[in-house]
Amino acid sequence: MSLVLGIESSCDETGVGIARLHPDGRIELLADEVASSVDQHARFGGVVPEVASRAHLEAMVPTMRRAVEKAEVDLGDIDAIAVTCGPGLAGALLVGVSAAKAYAAALNVPLYGVNHLPGHVAADTLQHGALPAPCLALLVSGGHTQLLRVDDLATKITEIGSTIDDAAGEAYDKVARILGLPYPGGPPIDRAASTGDPEAIRFPRGLTGPRDARYDFSFSGLKTAVARWVENRERDGLEVPVEDVAASFQEAVADVLTMKAVRAAEELGVGTMVLSGGVAANSRLSGLAAERCAAAGIELRVPRPRLCTDNGAMIAALGAHLVAAGVHPSAVELSADPALPVSTVSV
Amino acid sequence: MLVLAVDTATPAVTAGVVLVGGAGPEVLAQRVTVDARAHGELLTPHVLAALADAGRSLADVAAIVCGVGPGPFTGLRAGIATAAALGHALDVPTHPVCSLDAIAAGTDEPLLVTTDARRRELYWATYEGGVRTAGPGVDRPADVAAQLAGGRRRAGTSLYADLLAVEHTGAEYPTPAGLVAAAGDALAGPGEPLVPLYLRRPDATVPGSRKRVTAP
Ligand SMILES: [Zn+2]
Repeated sequence: MSLVLGIESSCDETGVGIARLHPDGRIELLADEVASSVDQHARFGGVVPEVASRAHLEAMVPTMRRAVEKAEVDLGDIDAIAVTCGPGLAGALLVGVSAAKAYAAALNVPLYGVNHLPGHVAADTLQHGALPAPCLALLVSGGHTQLLRVDDLATKITEIGSTIDDAAGEAYDKVARILGLPYPGGPPIDRAASTGDPEAIRFPRGLTGPRDARYDFSFSGLKTAVARWVENRERDGLEVPVEDVAASFQEAVADVLTMKAVRAAEELGVGTMVLSGGVAANSRLSGLAAERCAAAGIELRVPRPRLCTDNGAMIAALGAHLVAAGVHPSAVELSADPALPVSTVSV
Repeated sequence: MLVLAVDTATPAVTAGVVLVGGAGPEVLAQRVTVDARAHGELLTPHVLAALADAGRSLADVAAIVCGVGPGPFTGLRAGIATAAALGHALDVPTHPVCSLDAIAAGTDEPLLVTTDARRRELYWATYEGGVRTAGPGVDRPADVAAQLAGGRRRAGTSLYADLLAVEHTGAEYPTPAGLVAAAGDALAGPGEPLVPLYLRRPDATVPGSRKRVTAP
């Protein structure tokens, strides 16, 4: 049995999770504490790196204290520490990595510098247990939009496709701004869309032509199309039907994401798909994914919303998988790597 | 009492082990690398190496002194995050000190301490008899030059020597001995949270009205 602590600071959430790895491979979540700086970014319409980094430094030790208390363990009981060392904001990552290195040194335990993206996949194993291999993961958030083939969570992950411009969550934030809805844009657009007509406006589906990359995404054109539609409407002196625009935009996003993910699963012959990341909580995305996966005979796994967003629990879970797989810990010279490729699960 | 001293407010990545008490502070070992991009990578290894050189371990540390700036943000946070985590994990007090005070420590003559604030500015403070009399501030070198009145000499960085043309003295970077000296009698106390001296607000602008994509 092994107690693994995970530290996350790649964007605007300071997260500390504690998980217990049982001899049968089961990973039990004991604590999942998060301090978010999202409110401090709201008036800027997006994450401000320096604001996020300052918040991480302030929150790190208090979040750590809360997690240890919540898990009802002593710091001295911790057997291993995992920390997000990339990808993410350089200054933000540095706070978590610096703290993790110091904790690991003081507690004299192995330290694993891990990749944030597989962490989102590992989060699902906290709720639904071990993943079949291979499986496909669709990660959708403000920072990432990725299709991953997961052969082994601890050692072998391959990027199948990703966004070539904006992340899906970024498009949500920008469209929310166009519609006069608050930041972050995901929840208010989802709410507005619930009473709108998803077929009212046919917004473009990026990169879905016959010659386009089969598994890559593009949301920049969609965002511009929404802006153009709204501006034309305003120019003509007509009211903007916010609910219909939100629903139609959301439909375009969910349509492309799920179409390409199901296509990838079928073409790769993969029977299980994990949908995770902050935008996975979007009702239309998860609803359409469930519909299309069922039709294609693919098992869909979506962690509960709390596990989908950035947190320390997912890093603790990934760390537990690394411990279970006997992967070598990181060197004491570990440093943050803002551009860490997803194929590097741990460094 | 064994004190661990760290500072990352300048390009130097500094860790030292200092024995305090009895015959006065004695630096047992220190590790310093000047590399403004290696703070996150090297600080903890330097802490462990300095302790090993001193024949001690983290378990022997009774207090931590940490320079809290002013300093360029990203590197500065590496030191503070490290020191705060060590303080928590080892359950020992942490003592913040102004990094400029650590550079000034041990020099009694009138002094201007400057460090590189980047963006063509300097962090600065002035000292008389080892006591800070003004600052810390962040200003353009030409404005900092006004602080040279009274025959002050200069410590810290020697950048902008053309505008601040006085004799250089003392340390270029905070040293473990200087950090412990700057903490002074506070070392006997319960410690304090390590609050960074940023001196600048984050670069962030509230977005104006949305840019149109169609012609008006
Ligand atoms: Zn994420």
